[in-house]
Amino acid sequence: MSEIPIEHIMMLSTALFFIGAYGFLTRRNMIAMLMSLELMLNSVNINFIVFNKYLFPDTIEGLGFTIFIIAIAAAEAAVAIAIIINLYRNTKNIDAEKADHLKH
Amino acid sequence: MINEFIDLMKHELILCVILFLLLLIKIGSNDENSGRWHVMINILLFINLIVGFCCNVSGELFNGMFQSNELIQLEKNILNLGLLIISLQAHPYTRNHRHAPEFYILLLSSVLGMFFMLSSGHLLLFYIGLELSTIPLAALANFNLNKSASSEAGMKMIMSSAFSSALLLMGISMMYGTTGSLSFSEITLQLTGAPLQVFAFVMLFVGFAFKLSIVPFHFWTADVYEGAPVPMAAFLSVISKSAIAFVFVTVLYTVFESMVNVWYILLFITAVFTIGIGNLFAIRQQNIKRFLAFSSIAQVGFILVGISGGSQESEAAVIYFLLIYIFSNLGAFGVVNIVSSITGKESINDYKGFYKTNPALSWILTISLFSLAGIPPTAGFFGKLFLLTAGASTGNYLLIAIAAINMVVSMYYYLRIVKAMFMDANEHPIQKISFSLFPSIALIICIVGILLTGFSGDLYTYIYELSIGI
Repeated sequence: MSEIPIEHIMMLSTALFFIGAYGFLTRRNMIAMLMSLELMLNSVNINFIVFNKYLFPDTIEGLGFTIFIIAIAAAEAAVAIAIIINLYRNTKNIDAEKADHLKH
Repeated sequence: MINEFIDLMKHELILCVILFLLLLIKIGSNDENSGRWHVMINILLFINLIVGFCCNVSGELFNGMFQSNELIQLEKNILNLGLLIISLQAHPYTRNHRHAPEFYILLLSSVLGMFFMLSSGHLLLFYIGLELSTIPLAALANFNLNKSASSEAGMKMIMSSAFSSALLLMGISMMYGTTGSLSFSEITLQLTGAPLQVFAFVMLFVGFAFKLSIVPFHFWTADVYEGAPVPMAAFLSVISKSAIAFVFVTVLYTVFESMVNVWYILLFITAVFTIGIGNLFAIRQQNIKRFLAFSSIAQVGFILVGISGGSQESEAAVIYFLLIYIFSNLGAFGVVNIVSSITGKESINDYKGFYKTNPALSWILTISLFSLAGIPPTAGFFGKLFLLTAGASTGNYLLIAIAAINMVVSMYYYLRIVKAMFMDANEHPIQKISFSLFPSIALIICIVGILLTGFSGDLYTYIYELSIGI
């Protein structure tokens, strides 16, 4: 069984990262923005794992970091969703374009 | 072994103890908000500040993941001082708030994250500290639960900080891929200046730039400051910014010292834009919290000028300036906080004729604004002087000239508020405000700090001896 070349996995993770960034900047629904953020974080996870497996197989630093990223992303999403729910209670919408009262 | 552990981590341990104490008391008590709370919390934070000063030792724990030395402990003490001032100032706001204990719990956990970030010798601990210091802040920005402006501020804060930490993580992963390690000392040895490493470094820089609100990553700042409760805005603009700036200097000077060519250019460009845009937008603001937000962006620009010097003087100047900045900005925010939480007025026009009704508060705000602008008898002048001198050591006088011109521009908008308070007439000025003991103590600390810090040469010498250059 031949291994997948590292370049292919790197291409996947880079593509995933920029799809996430594009989605974050263009999506207007806040839940969809959060999903795009998760894409970006997952691409970073792929990066860590692939570097660890292909380049530095005798350590586990990359794998450990991945677990922390997943845990912290969950905490971040929990706070973000709580804030979005609160915003929805106050304004009855979760459209990022319409949350524009704080200007000038 | 255990003694060393306690000595090195005393700042973090005592904060953890206070946090658990607050949590337990919150769970156990029936009355939701009483006067005892505020007295107790402020005494605890005062003990926290005092304990921070005793027994300075340097060393490292957990295989170099956590490190501490006299400089880091000084920075933590500065943050503790700022925390105490903010906690005292927050009294008019939290007094009537249903969730006052949670306010302090979130505030303290954010400071705990900053301490871990300051002491980190490993990118993992750095990242965890960074997230621990920003996630509670987003919850705090949303603390006025039934105001839509506040939840909008919280939303903007969590979204932009999550985006910036995704960029930062991309940088960290690339750094791991190119150097094979995550600990700062290993990364320093492995840096070769390869293009991928430069890319990773730029990503890390962007992550810092978001948190420090350096132009062009400053868009969230003004909105969050305007929507968030005033003590929270003060915390964001002073404590959070100082902590990130401390780490930023340390990381640039120790870990990435071989990339000085890259970060000097980045600092040069961002400093020019940050000062310029911060100033231009500050001129046209009508809301005083937005005004202070843009003024703090401009102040960060001056800090960047100081950092770009790269010498021992630079680091000393940055730390010294941030100490002064804590006093001057918290003085201004303290007055705004009292006015906003008692009368609800936040527009600059409301401050017209403020001197007639509240002479003491107007003088405090004036001295703080003078210090922010850098007018000589106040400490702000010395802070800016050292920053610009440190920045000039590289011989790039264009940057210093731009910064100096912008200092003159900034005089205009700081003095505009002073003029509104002292000279403009107003038919309905803000009524005479009476406020309690806690904010008065905080304001006195700030004013004494502004007036005395500039003249204590020993303090600067002390910081200078602890600092390191590249």
